[in-house]
Amino acid sequence: MKKSLEQFNKVFENRIRLQIMSVLVANENYDFNSLKDLLEVTDGNLASHLKALEKEKYILVNKTFIGRKPNTQYTVSAKGRSGFIKHLEALENLIKQQKKL
Amino acid sequence: MEEKDIHSELASIRSLMERSSRFLSLSGLSGVMAGIYALIGAFIGYGIVKEKYISLTISDSYLDNPLIYHQLLLIAGIILLLSILTCLILSIREAKKKGENYWNPVSKRLIISTAIPLFTGGLLIIILFLKAEYSLIASACLIFYGLSLISASQYTFSDVKWLGFCQITLGLLAALSPESGLILWAFGFGVLHIIYGTVMHFKYNR
Repeated sequence: MKKSLEQFNKVFENRIRLQIMSVLVANENYDFNSLKDLLEVTDGNLASHLKALEKEKYILVNKTFIGRKPNTQYTVSAKGRSGFIKHLEALENLIKQQKKL
Repeated sequence: MEEKDIHSELASIRSLMERSSRFLSLSGLSGVMAGIYALIGAFIGYGIVKEKYISLTISDSYLDNPLIYHQLLLIAGIILLLSILTCLILSIREAKKKGENYWNPVSKRLIISTAIPLFTGGLLIIILFLKAEYSLIASACLIFYGLSLISASQYTFSDVKWLGFCQITLGLLAALSPESGLILWAFGFGVLHIIYGTVMHFKYNR
């Protein structure tokens, strides 16, 4: 039990961060506005969670412009992908252990 | 964390991964409509052919009469346009009903991946037409449409690829016996679309 709790990733304790990672793992890349539509969150909220993931080097940010509009694309990094998978495994292990009890 | 919470967390992750990477508002009803358009078109086409030759099969004997092919191509073009329009309108309506934004990264990828084989096929058909190689046109329609469905299936319901495989098979059969081109075309674009659209409608849209 203890071991699986250690595998839990603090970064993913927040639901929105976990959701962002789910989207990025399933797609080559995703832009800010589409993420906002999909997760139904506010600009500021999304931006702060993206910042946190960027700081952990879990995601890569690519800022470009389409005409004059900023277009920011996010991609999951190798570190982020393995962190996400480990977190899912930890969740699954937790279920297995609870079933045994 | 409670087990129930973990289950709901995992379920929400799965749903988000799926929703973000596949366009799931594709309307099944539009498949049925496309099938009906194709059958009407094939019926009119058959009428044109029969008027002159009293035979269901297309053969080289019409080579002296390219007008027939011009008319058949015009009908096919109208069917294609109507089908695409219907599919767009009904799918947009379906997405709105679910409260989703229909113009998102996945729908863009879906359109691009469908359009590449479809345009390639369309250009090839025009080239075949200009070179008066009429016998392979029905086959090319089916094969390239099948390829575009398989390519599209990466970004929408994966069931779409089975329709694609069926269309490709029919297309190869049409290449093998070009005289049955019109019948195979009507079966692929008409009958298969109606069956597929009905299945999808009841499986996903209701």
